[in-house]
Amino acid sequence: MNDFPFLGILTLLPLVGAVVVAAIPKRRSELAKIVAFVWSLVVLALTIVMWVAFKTGGARFQFHESYAWIPSWDARFTFAADGIALVMLMLIAILMPVVILASWHDVDQSKRSAPTYFALLLAFEFTMIGVFAAADVFLFYVFFEVMLIPMYFIIGSFGGQRRQYAAVKFFLYSLVGGLFMLASVIGLWALAGHTFDFAHLMDSAQAINQGTARWLFLGFFVAFAIKAPFFPFHTWLPDAGGAAPAGAAALLVGVMDKVGTFGILRYCLVLFPEASRWFAPAALVLGVIGILYAALLAVGQNDLKRLVSYTSIAHFGFIAIGIFAFTSQAGTGSVLYMVNHGLATGLLFIVVGMFVARRGSNLVSDFGGAGKTMPVMAGILFFAGLASLALPGTAPFISEFLVLIGTFTVHKVYAVIATAGIILAAAYVLWMFQRTTQGTVNPALEAVPAMKKDITLREKVVVAPLILLLLLLGFYPKPVTDVINPAVQATMQDVGTTDPGPTAVANGRAAR
Amino acid sequence: MPDLQLPAIDYSALAPMLILFGAACAGVLVEALTPRQSRHRIQLGLSFLALIAAFVMVLVNYDTRKITIGGAVAVDGPALFLQGSLLVLGAVSLMLIGERSIEKGGAFVSQAAVTVGSERDLRQAGDQPGATEVYPLTLFALGGMLLFVSANDLLTMFVALEVFSLPLYLLCALARRRRLLSQEAALKYFLLGSYASAFFLFGIALIYGFSGSISLNAVHAAVADPQRSQVLLYGGLALIAIGLLFKSALAPFHVWTPDVYQGAPTPITALMAACTKVAAFGALLRILYVAFEGVRWDFQPVLGAVAVLTMLVGGILAVTQTDMKRLLAYSSIANAGYVMVGVLALNSDGLSGTMFYLVAYGFSVLAAFGIVTLVRDADGEATHLSRWAGLGRKSPLFAGAFTFVMLAFAGIPLTSGFTAKFAVFGAAVEGGQTWLVIFGVISSMLIAFPYLRVVVLMWLSQPGESTPTVSIPGFMTSAALTIGVVATLALGVVPAPLIDLTRDASTFVR
Repeated sequence: MNDFPFLGILTLLPLVGAVVVAAIPKRRSELAKIVAFVWSLVVLALTIVMWVAFKTGGARFQFHESYAWIPSWDARFTFAADGIALVMLMLIAILMPVVILASWHDVDQSKRSAPTYFALLLAFEFTMIGVFAAADVFLFYVFFEVMLIPMYFIIGSFGGQRRQYAAVKFFLYSLVGGLFMLASVIGLWALAGHTFDFAHLMDSAQAINQGTARWLFLGFFVAFAIKAPFFPFHTWLPDAGGAAPAGAAALLVGVMDKVGTFGILRYCLVLFPEASRWFAPAALVLGVIGILYAALLAVGQNDLKRLVSYTSIAHFGFIAIGIFAFTSQAGTGSVLYMVNHGLATGLLFIVVGMFVARRGSNLVSDFGGAGKTMPVMAGILFFAGLASLALPGTAPFISEFLVLIGTFTVHKVYAVIATAGIILAAAYVLWMFQRTTQGTVNPALEAVPAMKKDITLREKVVVAPLILLLLLLGFYPKPVTDVINPAVQATMQDVGTTDPGPTAVANGRAAR
Repeated sequence: MPDLQLPAIDYSALAPMLILFGAACAGVLVEALTPRQSRHRIQLGLSFLALIAAFVMVLVNYDTRKITIGGAVAVDGPALFLQGSLLVLGAVSLMLIGERSIEKGGAFVSQAAVTVGSERDLRQAGDQPGATEVYPLTLFALGGMLLFVSANDLLTMFVALEVFSLPLYLLCALARRRRLLSQEAALKYFLLGSYASAFFLFGIALIYGFSGSISLNAVHAAVADPQRSQVLLYGGLALIAIGLLFKSALAPFHVWTPDVYQGAPTPITALMAACTKVAAFGALLRILYVAFEGVRWDFQPVLGAVAVLTMLVGGILAVTQTDMKRLLAYSSIANAGYVMVGVLALNSDGLSGTMFYLVAYGFSVLAAFGIVTLVRDADGEATHLSRWAGLGRKSPLFAGAFTFVMLAFAGIPLTSGFTAKFAVFGAAVEGGQTWLVIFGVISSMLIAFPYLRVVVLMWLSQPGESTPTVSIPGFMTSAALTIGVVATLALGVVPAPLIDLTRDASTFVR
């Protein structure tokens, strides 16, 4: 079964879909939506088959396939997925149909073309799948840069206020990071045997001398830190998240930003283990600052979408300290966090988007007592908020807990400070919920008829899978952790750190 | 007195140049002998035939590696590759030059000597067909460029330089619209170009004093001899380099570029941006790799500084531009800096990467200027940036093509701009010039902003009152645009064949 070229097909499928949808004329926009939705379901089905075919105890990289591309540089179309990549692919595949369904009426009011919007979403899925499936550094870089273009046009053409500013800022930040990475990619290629093949580079990159490796690490790290984003490279995200249409924002924060943390795990840690250890203290400090700083900013936000963006930056701080703690618990927690955060923040963005679409405003102060007229919607917002603040019973709790105890075993101070982030999370979520849906009804809401309409059937179908998954993974995360664990342990072995006492069993398992 | 021995001449190896010069001379006769109304067709057909025939001869010579006509011309891998590139890029430029359906009578003035603003000028501006002398002039220029990249001694190189420069000076002055600007551009280009030629010639004199010869091989041998005067060597090299840096528009010898690019008729600007770059860098490669390779450690840092300055100047000043043609001019300056990074790798990867870059950039820039010729209002081309606002709504196809080219210039993957940049930067790291790559990356960050601003203007801004219309291009402009855009895409997605070709061609004969 593993001989089937899953990843190649999975990568190309959305691209073909994008072309098909883009070719549908503007007046048949309903048809375009249906085609895009069905197409994303097909991608999801294929991903599920691939998940089943993945052998959890098998080789680290599975579904390997490779095709010639530019022989003189040894750049190839090489695809392979480890457990980390697999869960990320699953996350995109799940979020995509949800987002398409959630964005069903987003373009109806504007003069813009609906087929273009949905084609851009599928094109974005193509670049996302490619970036996670690539096992060739050159190919990875290509996808890393190309993914900017569909998202740039989604934000710039279909976004809300200040969309031009946000789109340009988003593009330039990412491009600057990407160019740093380009310098490192070229250096890596020249110094590690003129190849881009990841399997080969895992060995040959170790021969690069220490000083150079640190510079190369930095090139990659800056690109990923901007993409993630980590403090202090985060300022583009609230603008982009605030201006993007809600569905696209869910993808932006839920999936695209994970490319940064994924890249750190896959490329920085594995290719430059010594440099990773050397830079780890700095990364931990940035992570902790990010948790507190972004959470404080989130508390003070009056714009719902910007608020959600800031909560993500805080969450990325947790993911960062989990990665750079270099324990398998924290590492597994981080990867699990990437998945759970995608689901929870994706849900939060989508629900916020429903509120914003009804009210016609992003501002918290334009709501107030909305729960009176829309109890179910308010309930879902509450659930999404609780998942986002990692309430026990929801999936993010497990990942946040794993990150914190995994970090505590090696860096007590950072773990303790980061825990304060949980309190702040409660503050920003609950206060936001209180100001929008509880209390006396804002008189201005009376004038907006849409605010009296509670959740529709389509919207129920949109949020249901995410709510189910958040609960399911909150009680029974084993199917996901089983896939993640071996990959994380292999990564931690590459970094060359050993877990302290209590988790020695995990090490023994990895050594076998 | 001994008998004069005629040198052996390999006519087949020289055929591409001979064909172009022959056709150019025939074109002059056509001007004299055929009736005015049929000249355009005849000249256009003749020019295309000449380019195709010359290209066929380049293919016939594919495996030729020899020095002929008494050591004056080297027909080797780089020469043939660059000649082929020049012919293809030249043919695409010729499509833009020969277009007459966008504007009545074409982009060129009928009689350039008529005083601007006089009654006769007003009459000829109306409907008189443009001058057909442009075709022989273009052929002379291309022929000179072909010779320039294969010249194996300094005097031949100088003659070639003049042969391709003089027609270009003239062509710059022939714009149908905004004639004063066009004439000013031509005069500037002529005066500064003459200075550059003078420097070049003086450099040749010093090198002759240094080595006792003008042949590149003899210079190479002389460089290895420590007994000779180093003053003459470095002085000569510096002056020759200045001449070539001027033609390739490298800072600080770039100041003519924006004015000339803006003032010249846009098809000629396209020709200069694509072909003159190829020719100038071709000659620079030959001079540095063949003649002065022995003092690489001395000129590498100096020219490296020139490359860095060029990339930064091009990148920074592009940000402040408000005119599309000037923006593209500064972009071409920055790109010259990137090419220079490849040149300074001074290894065979550098040579092949540079040649790849020149071709890739040539196609993209032809497409870019081709679209500039289409965006027009009643006064001709509307080149002010603000006028391009909302173009994406009015004509998504052309705005899309232009966006794609902008992304290529910005070096986004899956365009030729990325693969080309990767080729030269990779070669430079290989050649130990990492610092140039770092500045190249910084410059790329700077210059991404103006490209992006154009994209924003076209797609995200509302169309203004004064957004010009995009003319329906005639067959030839459509063909040129298609070739440019498709090549930009193809060289980004499947660059392997051209990279292999440049690798096969990356050895000079000495």
